[in-house]
Amino acid sequence: MSFAPPFDLLPPLLVGLGKTLQLTAGGILLCVLLALFAGLGKVSGIPPLRWLANIYVEIFRGTSALVQLFWFFFVLPFFGVSLEPMLAGILVLGLNSGAYGAEVVRGAIQAVSHGQKEAATALGFTPRQTLWRILLPQAVVSMLPPMSNVFIELLKNSALVSVISVHDLTFVAQIHRADSLRTTAIFSIVLVLYFAVAQGLSRGMSFLEKRLSRGRDLGGVKA
Amino acid sequence: MTDSPEPFIQIRDLHKSFGDLKVLQGINLDIPAGEMVSVIGPSGSGKSTLLRVLMTLERPEQGEVLIGGEPLYSMDGEGHTTLPPKAQFRALRNRIGMVFQHFNLFPHMTVLRNVTEAPVRVLGVSRKDAKAEAMKYLDEVGLAEKADAYPAQLSGGQKQRVAIARALAMHPEIMLFDEITSALDPELVGGILALLDRLGKRKEMTMLIVTHHMNFARQSSDRVLFFDGGVILEDGKPDDIFTHPTHDRTREFLKSVLEV
Repeated sequence: MSFAPPFDLLPPLLVGLGKTLQLTAGGILLCVLLALFAGLGKVSGIPPLRWLANIYVEIFRGTSALVQLFWFFFVLPFFGVSLEPMLAGILVLGLNSGAYGAEVVRGAIQAVSHGQKEAATALGFTPRQTLWRILLPQAVVSMLPPMSNVFIELLKNSALVSVISVHDLTFVAQIHRADSLRTTAIFSIVLVLYFAVAQGLSRGMSFLEKRLSRGRDLGGVKA
Repeated sequence: MTDSPEPFIQIRDLHKSFGDLKVLQGINLDIPAGEMVSVIGPSGSGKSTLLRVLMTLERPEQGEVLIGGEPLYSMDGEGHTTLPPKAQFRALRNRIGMVFQHFNLFPHMTVLRNVTEAPVRVLGVSRKDAKAEAMKYLDEVGLAEKADAYPAQLSGGQKQRVAIARALAMHPEIMLFDEITSALDPELVGGILALLDRLGKRKEMTMLIVTHHMNFARQSSDRVLFFDGGVILEDGKPDDIFTHPTHDRTREFLKSVLEV
Protein backbone atom coordinates (compact mmCIF):
# COMPACT_ATOMS: atom_id res chain seq x y z
CA MET A 1 0.00 0.00 0.00
CA SER A 2 1.44 3.32 -1.07
CA PHE A 3 1.11 6.45 1.08
CA ALA A 4 1.92 8.90 -1.71
CA PRO A 5 -1.07 11.08 -2.58
CA PRO A 6 -2.93 9.13 -5.26
CA PHE A 7 -3.13 12.00 -7.74
CA ASP A 8 -2.02 9.77 -10.56
CA LEU A 9 -5.27 7.79 -10.19
CA LEU A 10 -7.43 10.82 -10.74
CA PRO A 11 -7.23 11.28 -14.53
CA PRO A 12 -8.52 7.79 -15.45
CA LEU A 13 -11.13 7.87 -12.69
CA LEU A 14 -12.34 11.28 -13.87
CA VAL A 15 -12.78 9.86 -17.38
CA GLY A 16 -14.92 7.13 -15.82
CA LEU A 17 -16.80 9.76 -13.84
CA GLY A 18 -17.55 11.51 -17.15
CA LYS A 19 -19.30 8.37 -18.39
CA THR A 20 -21.16 8.05 -15.10
CA LEU A 21 -22.36 11.64 -15.44
CA GLN A 22 -23.53 10.99 -19.00
CA LEU A 23 -25.42 7.88 -17.88
CA THR A 24 -26.96 9.77 -14.99
CA ALA A 25 -27.95 12.79 -17.08
CA GLY A 26 -29.45 10.64 -19.85
CA GLY A 27 -31.17 8.44 -17.29
CA ILE A 28 -32.63 11.42 -15.42
CA LEU A 29 -33.95 12.94 -18.64
CA LEU A 30 -35.68 9.70 -19.61
CA CYS A 31 -36.80 9.16 -16.00
CA VAL A 32 -38.49 12.58 -15.84
CA LEU A 33 -40.32 12.03 -19.13
CA LEU A 34 -41.48 8.54 -18.19
CA ALA A 35 -42.41 9.56 -14.64
CA LEU A 36 -44.54 12.40 -15.99
CA PHE A 37 -46.28 10.26 -18.62
CA ALA A 38 -46.83 7.26 -16.36
CA GLY A 39 -47.72 9.42 -13.34
CA LEU A 40 -50.33 11.32 -15.34
CA GLY A 41 -51.44 8.02 -16.88
CA LYS A 42 -52.08 6.63 -13.41
CA VAL A 43 -54.44 9.49 -12.53
CA SER A 44 -56.00 9.62 -16.00
CA GLY A 45 -59.72 9.21 -16.49
CA ILE A 46 -59.03 7.03 -19.55
CA PRO A 47 -58.82 3.38 -18.42
CA PRO A 48 -56.36 2.09 -21.11
CA LEU A 49 -53.89 4.84 -20.17
CA ARG A 50 -54.22 3.85 -16.53
CA TRP A 51 -53.64 0.19 -17.33
CA LEU A 52 -50.61 0.94 -19.47
CA ALA A 53 -49.08 3.15 -16.79
CA ASN A 54 -49.74 0.53 -14.11
CA ILE A 55 -48.23 -2.29 -16.14
CA TYR A 56 -45.09 -0.24 -16.82
CA VAL A 57 -44.67 0.78 -13.19
CA GLU A 58 -45.28 -2.70 -11.78
CA ILE A 59 -42.90 -4.42 -14.21
CA PHE A 60 -39.97 -2.06 -13.74
CA ARG A 61 -40.44 -1.64 -10.02
CA GLY A 62 -40.94 -5.31 -9.47
CA THR A 63 -37.84 -6.68 -11.20
CA SER A 64 -34.13 -6.28 -10.53
CA ALA A 65 -32.40 -3.41 -12.30
CA LEU A 66 -29.40 -5.65 -12.86
CA VAL A 67 -31.54 -8.31 -14.55
CA GLN A 68 -33.27 -5.64 -16.61
CA LEU A 69 -29.84 -4.55 -17.75
CA PHE A 70 -28.84 -8.13 -18.70
CA TRP A 71 -32.14 -8.49 -20.50
CA PHE A 72 -31.77 -5.31 -22.54
CA PHE A 73 -28.14 -6.06 -23.39
CA PHE A 74 -28.03 -9.85 -23.77
CA VAL A 75 -31.62 -10.89 -24.57
CA LEU A 76 -32.82 -8.17 -26.94
CA PRO A 77 -30.19 -9.18 -29.56
CA PHE A 78 -32.04 -12.50 -29.88
CA PHE A 79 -35.03 -10.47 -31.04
CA GLY A 80 -32.86 -8.61 -33.52
CA VAL A 81 -32.32 -5.51 -31.38
CA SER A 82 -28.72 -4.84 -30.45
CA LEU A 83 -28.11 -1.89 -28.21
CA GLU A 84 -24.85 -0.07 -27.54
CA PRO A 85 -23.89 -0.68 -23.88
CA MET A 86 -24.22 3.03 -23.14
CA LEU A 87 -27.71 3.21 -24.68
CA ALA A 88 -28.83 0.04 -22.92
CA GLY A 89 -27.54 1.54 -19.68
CA ILE A 90 -29.40 4.83 -20.10
CA LEU A 91 -32.60 3.03 -21.11
CA VAL A 92 -32.57 0.72 -18.12
CA LEU A 93 -31.66 3.47 -15.66
CA GLY A 94 -34.39 5.75 -17.06
CA LEU A 95 -37.05 3.04 -17.26
CA ASN A 96 -36.29 1.76 -13.79
CA SER A 97 -36.24 5.14 -12.03
CA GLY A 98 -39.16 6.37 -14.14
CA ALA A 99 -41.32 3.70 -12.53
CA TYR A 100 -40.52 5.06 -9.07
CA GLY A 101 -40.83 8.61 -10.36
CA ALA A 102 -44.32 7.86 -11.69
CA GLU A 103 -45.44 7.11 -8.14
CA VAL A 104 -43.95 10.42 -7.01
CA VAL A 105 -45.82 12.30 -9.74
CA ARG A 106 -49.07 10.50 -9.01
CA GLY A 107 -48.77 11.08 -5.28
CA ALA A 108 -47.98 14.77 -5.69
CA ILE A 109 -50.92 15.39 -8.03
CA GLN A 110 -53.30 13.55 -5.74
CA ALA A 111 -51.98 15.46 -2.74
CA VAL A 112 -53.11 18.81 -4.15
CA SER A 113 -56.20 19.75 -2.18
CA HIS A 114 -59.46 18.59 -3.73
CA GLY A 115 -60.80 22.11 -3.39
CA GLN A 116 -58.38 23.27 -6.07
CA LYS A 117 -59.97 20.97 -8.61
CA GLU A 118 -63.45 22.03 -7.57
CA ALA A 119 -62.58 25.72 -7.82
CA ALA A 120 -61.17 25.10 -11.30
CA THR A 121 -64.33 23.25 -12.34
CA ALA A 122 -66.51 26.03 -10.95
CA LEU A 123 -64.54 28.55 -13.02
CA GLY A 124 -65.09 26.51 -16.16
CA PHE A 125 -61.58 25.13 -16.74
CA THR A 126 -61.49 21.92 -18.79
CA PRO A 127 -59.98 18.85 -17.11
CA ARG A 128 -56.84 19.37 -19.21
CA GLN A 129 -56.50 23.03 -18.22
CA THR A 130 -57.12 22.08 -14.60
CA LEU A 131 -54.33 19.53 -14.73
CA TRP A 132 -51.72 21.69 -16.47
CA ARG A 133 -52.49 25.12 -15.05
CA ILE A 134 -53.80 24.40 -11.58
CA LEU A 135 -52.79 20.95 -10.31
CA LEU A 136 -49.37 20.30 -11.88
CA PRO A 137 -47.76 23.67 -11.03
CA GLN A 138 -48.64 23.05 -7.39
CA ALA A 139 -47.67 19.38 -7.49
CA VAL A 140 -44.24 20.04 -9.02
CA VAL A 141 -42.98 21.71 -5.86
CA SER A 142 -43.89 18.74 -3.68
CA MET A 143 -42.47 16.32 -6.27
CA LEU A 144 -38.95 17.73 -5.97
CA PRO A 145 -37.78 16.28 -2.62
CA PRO A 146 -38.85 12.69 -3.37
CA MET A 147 -37.65 13.07 -6.97
CA SER A 148 -34.26 14.03 -5.58
CA ASN A 149 -34.15 10.60 -3.91
CA VAL A 150 -35.07 8.90 -7.17
CA PHE A 151 -32.28 10.73 -9.03
CA ILE A 152 -29.68 9.84 -6.41
CA GLU A 153 -30.81 6.23 -6.54
CA LEU A 154 -30.40 6.39 -10.32
CA LEU A 155 -26.85 7.73 -9.93
CA LYS A 156 -25.95 4.87 -7.61
CA ASN A 157 -27.61 2.29 -9.85
CA SER A 158 -25.50 3.57 -12.73
CA ALA A 159 -22.62 1.55 -11.23
CA LEU A 160 -24.48 -1.57 -12.40
CA VAL A 161 -23.70 -0.82 -16.04
CA SER A 162 -20.08 -1.78 -15.42
CA VAL A 163 -21.28 -5.39 -15.85
CA ILE A 164 -22.10 -4.74 -19.49
CA SER A 165 -18.66 -3.16 -19.90
CA VAL A 166 -19.59 0.50 -20.02
CA HIS A 167 -16.43 2.28 -18.88
CA ASP A 168 -18.09 4.18 -16.04
CA LEU A 169 -16.52 5.19 -12.76
CA THR A 170 -17.00 1.80 -11.13
CA PHE A 171 -15.71 -0.09 -14.18
CA VAL A 172 -12.57 2.06 -14.41
CA ALA A 173 -12.01 1.64 -10.68
CA GLN A 174 -12.13 -2.15 -10.96
CA ILE A 175 -9.72 -2.19 -13.91
CA HIS A 176 -7.21 -0.03 -12.06
CA ARG A 177 -7.57 -1.96 -8.87
CA ALA A 178 -6.75 -5.16 -10.71
CA ASP A 179 -3.72 -3.51 -12.32
CA SER A 180 -2.31 -1.64 -9.35
CA LEU A 181 -3.82 -3.36 -6.31
CA ARG A 182 -4.21 0.10 -4.71
CA THR A 183 -7.62 -0.95 -3.51
CA THR A 184 -8.02 1.46 -0.58
CA ALA A 185 -7.02 4.55 -2.51
CA ILE A 186 -9.09 3.72 -5.56
CA PHE A 187 -12.33 2.81 -3.83
CA SER A 188 -12.00 5.71 -1.40
CA ILE A 189 -11.71 8.13 -4.27
CA VAL A 190 -14.64 6.46 -6.00
CA LEU A 191 -16.78 6.79 -2.86
CA VAL A 192 -15.94 10.47 -2.59
CA LEU A 193 -16.72 11.06 -6.26
CA TYR A 194 -20.15 9.38 -6.07
CA PHE A 195 -20.87 11.29 -2.89
CA ALA A 196 -19.90 14.60 -4.52
CA VAL A 197 -22.22 14.00 -7.47
CA ALA A 198 -25.06 12.96 -5.16
CA GLN A 199 -24.53 16.12 -3.11
CA GLY A 200 -24.63 18.19 -6.30
CA LEU A 201 -27.92 16.57 -7.31
CA SER A 202 -29.43 16.97 -3.89
CA ARG A 203 -28.43 20.64 -3.58
CA GLY A 204 -29.57 21.42 -7.09
CA MET A 205 -32.99 19.99 -6.30
CA SER A 206 -33.24 21.92 -3.01
CA PHE A 207 -32.35 25.10 -4.88
CA LEU A 208 -35.05 24.39 -7.47
CA GLU A 209 -37.56 23.71 -4.72
CA LYS A 210 -36.79 27.03 -3.03
CA ARG A 211 -37.01 28.90 -6.31
CA LEU A 212 -40.35 27.39 -7.27
CA SER A 213 -41.97 27.81 -3.88
CA ARG A 214 -41.11 31.49 -3.56
CA GLY A 215 -44.15 33.47 -2.45
CA ARG A 216 -46.39 30.45 -2.45
CA ASP A 217 -48.46 28.77 0.16
CA LEU A 218 -47.25 25.22 -0.27
CA GLY A 219 -50.01 23.45 1.58
CA GLY A 220 -52.58 24.61 -0.91
CA VAL A 221 -55.17 23.73 1.70
CA LYS A 222 -55.52 27.03 3.45
CA ALA A 223 -55.02 29.26 0.43
CA MET B 1 -101.83 31.63 -10.59
CA THR B 2 -100.36 34.66 -12.29
CA ASP B 3 -98.67 33.96 -15.59
CA SER B 4 -95.26 35.11 -14.37
CA PRO B 5 -92.34 34.33 -16.70
CA GLU B 6 -90.79 30.90 -16.47
CA PRO B 7 -88.56 30.63 -13.36
CA PHE B 8 -84.87 30.98 -14.13
CA ILE B 9 -83.86 27.93 -12.11
CA GLN B 10 -86.22 24.96 -12.04
CA ILE B 11 -85.40 21.96 -9.90
CA ARG B 12 -87.61 18.86 -10.05
CA ASP B 13 -87.50 15.88 -7.69
CA LEU B 14 -83.73 16.04 -7.20
CA HIS B 15 -82.11 13.12 -5.37
CA LYS B 16 -78.51 12.64 -4.32
CA SER B 17 -76.97 9.94 -2.13
CA PHE B 18 -73.48 9.23 -0.89
CA GLY B 19 -73.48 5.47 -0.55
CA ASP B 20 -76.38 4.61 1.74
CA LEU B 21 -76.71 8.16 2.94
CA LYS B 22 -79.55 9.96 1.19
CA VAL B 23 -78.56 13.61 1.27
CA LEU B 24 -81.15 15.10 -1.09
CA GLN B 25 -84.50 13.36 -1.05
CA GLY B 26 -86.63 15.05 -3.65
CA ILE B 27 -85.89 18.74 -3.94
CA ASN B 28 -88.43 20.83 -5.88
CA LEU B 29 -87.61 24.48 -6.30
CA ASP B 30 -88.29 27.37 -8.67
CA ILE B 31 -86.17 30.50 -8.44
CA PRO B 32 -86.84 33.60 -10.54
CA ALA B 33 -83.92 35.52 -12.02
CA GLY B 34 -82.27 38.04 -9.72
CA GLU B 35 -83.62 36.57 -6.51
CA MET B 36 -81.39 36.35 -3.45
CA VAL B 37 -82.17 33.14 -1.58
CA SER B 38 -80.73 32.21 1.80
CA VAL B 39 -80.55 28.51 2.59
CA ILE B 40 -80.57 27.62 6.28
CA GLY B 41 -80.87 24.40 8.23
CA PRO B 42 -78.94 21.98 10.43
CA SER B 43 -75.63 20.59 9.18
CA GLY B 44 -76.04 17.48 7.07
CA SER B 45 -79.45 18.60 5.87
CA GLY B 46 -78.33 18.83 2.24
CA LYS B 47 -77.87 22.60 1.81
CA SER B 48 -74.31 22.44 0.53
CA THR B 49 -75.03 19.34 -1.53
CA LEU B 50 -77.75 21.19 -3.44
CA LEU B 51 -75.24 23.92 -4.30
CA ARG B 52 -72.61 21.37 -5.27
CA VAL B 53 -75.08 19.56 -7.52
CA LEU B 54 -76.01 22.85 -9.21
CA MET B 55 -72.29 23.61 -9.71
CA THR B 56 -71.96 20.10 -11.25
CA LEU B 57 -69.39 19.10 -8.61
CA GLU B 58 -71.75 16.24 -7.72
CA ARG B 59 -74.04 14.30 -10.04
CA PRO B 60 -77.58 13.65 -8.84
CA GLU B 61 -78.97 10.13 -9.25
CA GLN B 62 -82.39 11.36 -10.11
CA GLY B 63 -84.16 14.58 -10.96
CA GLU B 64 -84.12 17.47 -13.37
CA VAL B 65 -82.58 20.93 -13.31
CA LEU B 66 -83.34 23.59 -15.90
CA ILE B 67 -81.35 26.82 -16.12
CA GLY B 68 -83.10 29.46 -18.20
CA GLY B 69 -85.22 26.70 -19.69
CA GLU B 70 -82.20 24.61 -20.76
CA PRO B 71 -81.64 21.22 -19.15
CA LEU B 72 -78.52 20.87 -16.99
CA TYR B 73 -79.75 17.50 -15.76
CA SER B 74 -82.61 15.58 -17.31
CA MET B 75 -84.10 12.14 -16.83
CA ASP B 76 -83.77 9.21 -19.19
CA GLY B 77 -86.51 6.61 -19.65
CA GLU B 78 -85.28 4.54 -16.70
CA GLY B 79 -85.37 7.41 -14.24
CA HIS B 80 -81.64 8.13 -14.22
CA THR B 81 -80.10 11.54 -14.60
CA THR B 82 -78.47 12.31 -17.92
CA LEU B 83 -76.35 15.26 -18.97
CA PRO B 84 -76.76 17.30 -22.17
CA PRO B 85 -73.99 17.10 -24.82
CA LYS B 86 -70.60 18.20 -23.48
CA ALA B 87 -70.46 21.62 -25.16
CA GLN B 88 -73.95 22.48 -24.01
CA PHE B 89 -73.24 21.22 -20.49
CA ARG B 90 -70.08 23.31 -20.25
CA ALA B 91 -71.77 26.41 -21.67
CA LEU B 92 -74.56 26.06 -19.15
CA ARG B 93 -72.16 25.43 -16.28
CA ASN B 94 -70.21 28.56 -17.21
CA ARG B 95 -73.29 30.60 -16.37
CA ILE B 96 -72.96 29.45 -12.76
CA GLY B 97 -70.28 30.56 -10.31
CA MET B 98 -69.42 29.41 -6.82
CA VAL B 99 -67.59 30.68 -3.75
CA PHE B 100 -66.37 28.08 -1.28
CA GLN B 101 -66.03 27.89 2.48
CA HIS B 102 -62.26 27.34 2.20
CA PHE B 103 -61.72 29.94 -0.54
CA ASN B 104 -59.74 27.55 -2.77
CA LEU B 105 -57.60 30.31 -4.23
CA PHE B 106 -54.81 29.10 -6.50
CA PRO B 107 -51.74 29.42 -4.25
CA HIS B 108 -49.25 29.52 -7.12
CA MET B 109 -50.82 32.57 -8.72
CA THR B 110 -50.93 36.20 -7.64
CA VAL B 111 -54.26 37.70 -6.64
CA LEU B 112 -54.56 39.35 -10.05
CA ARG B 113 -53.75 36.10 -11.83
CA ASN B 114 -56.32 34.25 -9.72
CA VAL B 115 -58.97 36.64 -11.02
CA THR B 116 -57.83 36.85 -14.66
CA GLU B 117 -56.92 33.22 -15.34
CA ALA B 118 -60.43 31.89 -16.01
CA PRO B 119 -61.62 34.86 -18.13
CA VAL B 120 -58.47 34.48 -20.25
CA ARG B 121 -58.41 30.66 -20.52
CA VAL B 122 -62.10 29.88 -20.49
CA LEU B 123 -63.78 32.93 -22.04
CA GLY B 124 -60.89 33.91 -24.31
CA VAL B 125 -60.71 37.49 -23.03
CA SER B 126 -57.39 39.25 -23.80
CA ARG B 127 -54.98 39.55 -20.86
CA LYS B 128 -55.18 43.31 -21.01
CA ASP B 129 -58.98 43.44 -20.87
CA ALA B 130 -59.09 40.71 -18.23
CA LYS B 131 -56.66 42.70 -16.11
CA ALA B 132 -58.66 45.92 -16.40
CA GLU B 133 -61.80 44.08 -15.40
CA ALA B 134 -60.11 42.17 -12.60
CA MET B 135 -58.92 45.47 -11.12
CA LYS B 136 -62.51 46.72 -11.22
CA TYR B 137 -63.70 43.70 -9.24
CA LEU B 138 -60.76 43.79 -6.85
CA ASP B 139 -61.57 47.43 -6.24
CA GLU B 140 -65.17 46.47 -5.62
CA VAL B 141 -64.13 44.00 -2.90
CA GLY B 142 -61.62 46.53 -1.52
CA LEU B 143 -58.42 44.72 -2.46
CA ALA B 144 -57.05 46.53 -5.50
CA GLU B 145 -53.79 47.22 -3.69
CA LYS B 146 -53.23 43.47 -3.13
CA ALA B 147 -53.28 42.59 -6.84
CA ASP B 148 -49.65 41.47 -6.84
CA ALA B 149 -49.74 39.61 -3.53
CA TYR B 150 -49.93 35.83 -3.29
CA PRO B 151 -52.83 34.21 -1.42
CA ALA B 152 -50.49 33.12 1.37
CA GLN B 153 -49.90 36.79 2.18
CA LEU B 154 -53.60 37.54 2.74
CA SER B 155 -55.87 37.18 5.76
CA GLY B 156 -58.85 34.82 5.57
CA GLY B 157 -61.27 37.66 4.93
CA GLN B 158 -59.07 39.03 2.17
CA LYS B 159 -58.80 35.58 0.59
CA GLN B 160 -62.56 35.24 0.55
CA ARG B 161 -62.91 38.68 -1.07
CA VAL B 162 -60.49 37.62 -3.79
CA ALA B 163 -62.47 34.42 -4.27
CA ILE B 164 -65.64 36.49 -4.72
CA ALA B 165 -63.89 38.80 -7.22
CA ARG B 166 -62.60 35.73 -9.06
CA ALA B 167 -66.10 34.30 -9.37
CA LEU B 168 -67.61 37.67 -10.39
CA ALA B 169 -65.05 38.06 -13.18
CA MET B 170 -66.74 35.17 -15.02
CA HIS B 171 -70.03 37.12 -15.12
CA PRO B 172 -72.13 34.30 -13.72
CA GLU B 173 -75.89 34.64 -13.91
CA ILE B 174 -76.19 32.37 -10.91
CA MET B 175 -73.85 32.62 -7.96
CA LEU B 176 -73.63 29.98 -5.25
CA PHE B 177 -72.14 30.85 -1.86
CA ASP B 178 -71.35 27.80 0.26
CA GLU B 179 -70.91 28.84 3.91
CA ILE B 180 -68.41 31.43 2.80
CA THR B 181 -67.96 32.99 6.23
CA SER B 182 -67.65 29.77 8.23
CA ALA B 183 -63.86 29.63 8.06
CA LEU B 184 -63.39 33.29 8.95
CA ASP B 185 -62.57 34.99 12.22
CA PRO B 186 -65.74 36.55 13.65
CA GLU B 187 -64.59 40.14 13.13
CA LEU B 188 -64.15 39.53 9.39
CA VAL B 189 -67.63 38.09 8.82
CA GLY B 190 -69.52 41.41 8.81
CA GLY B 191 -67.56 42.82 5.90
CA ILE B 192 -68.19 39.76 3.73
CA LEU B 193 -71.92 39.74 4.55
CA ALA B 194 -72.14 43.46 3.69
CA LEU B 195 -70.51 42.69 0.35
CA LEU B 196 -73.08 39.92 -0.30
CA ASP B 197 -75.87 42.29 0.62
CA ARG B 198 -74.56 44.87 -1.86
CA LEU B 199 -74.33 42.27 -4.63
CA GLY B 200 -77.84 41.04 -3.90
CA LYS B 201 -79.37 44.52 -4.01
CA ARG B 202 -78.22 44.97 -7.59
CA LYS B 203 -80.36 42.07 -8.80
CA GLU B 204 -77.79 41.29 -11.49
CA MET B 205 -77.33 37.70 -10.40
CA THR B 206 -79.50 34.99 -8.94
CA MET B 207 -77.88 34.18 -5.62
CA LEU B 208 -78.13 31.09 -3.44
CA ILE B 209 -76.45 31.55 -0.09
CA VAL B 210 -75.94 28.75 2.40
CA THR B 211 -75.44 30.54 5.69
CA HIS B 212 -75.54 30.18 9.45
CA HIS B 213 -76.08 33.89 9.95
CA MET B 214 -79.78 34.19 10.72
CA ASN B 215 -79.78 37.98 10.86
CA PHE B 216 -78.29 38.13 7.44
CA ALA B 217 -80.80 35.60 6.07
CA ARG B 218 -83.63 37.56 7.57
CA GLN B 219 -82.56 41.06 6.62
CA SER B 220 -80.76 40.69 3.31
CA SER B 221 -82.48 37.92 1.38
CA ASP B 222 -85.66 37.94 -0.68
CA ARG B 223 -86.49 34.42 0.34
CA VAL B 224 -85.42 31.80 2.86
CA LEU B 225 -85.34 28.02 2.45
CA PHE B 226 -85.18 25.81 5.52
CA PHE B 227 -83.61 22.42 4.79
CA ASP B 228 -84.08 19.41 7.01
CA GLY B 229 -83.30 15.78 6.28
CA GLY B 230 -82.68 16.34 2.58
CA VAL B 231 -85.93 18.14 1.81
CA ILE B 232 -87.04 21.76 1.80
CA LEU B 233 -89.24 21.93 4.86
CA GLU B 234 -90.00 25.60 4.66
CA ASP B 235 -89.87 28.11 1.81
CA GLY B 236 -91.00 31.70 2.06
CA LYS B 237 -90.41 35.35 2.86
CA PRO B 238 -87.75 35.78 5.57
CA ASP B 239 -90.12 37.49 8.01
CA ASP B 240 -92.72 34.76 7.66
CA ILE B 241 -90.24 31.99 8.30
CA PHE B 242 -88.61 33.69 11.24
CA THR B 243 -91.85 34.81 12.89
CA HIS B 244 -94.40 32.15 11.89
CA PRO B 245 -92.59 28.94 10.96
CA THR B 246 -95.09 26.27 9.99
CA HIS B 247 -93.09 23.26 11.21
CA ASP B 248 -91.93 22.34 14.70
CA ARG B 249 -88.53 21.39 13.27
CA THR B 250 -88.08 24.95 11.99
CA ARG B 251 -89.07 26.40 15.34
CA GLU B 252 -86.62 24.12 17.16
CA PHE B 253 -83.82 24.96 14.75
CA LEU B 254 -84.42 28.70 14.95
CA LYS B 255 -84.67 28.54 18.70
CA SER B 256 -81.37 26.69 19.00
CA VAL B 257 -79.44 28.95 16.62
CA LEU B 258 -80.93 32.23 17.79
CA GLU B 259 -80.23 31.46 21.43
CA VAL B 260 -76.52 30.98 20.91
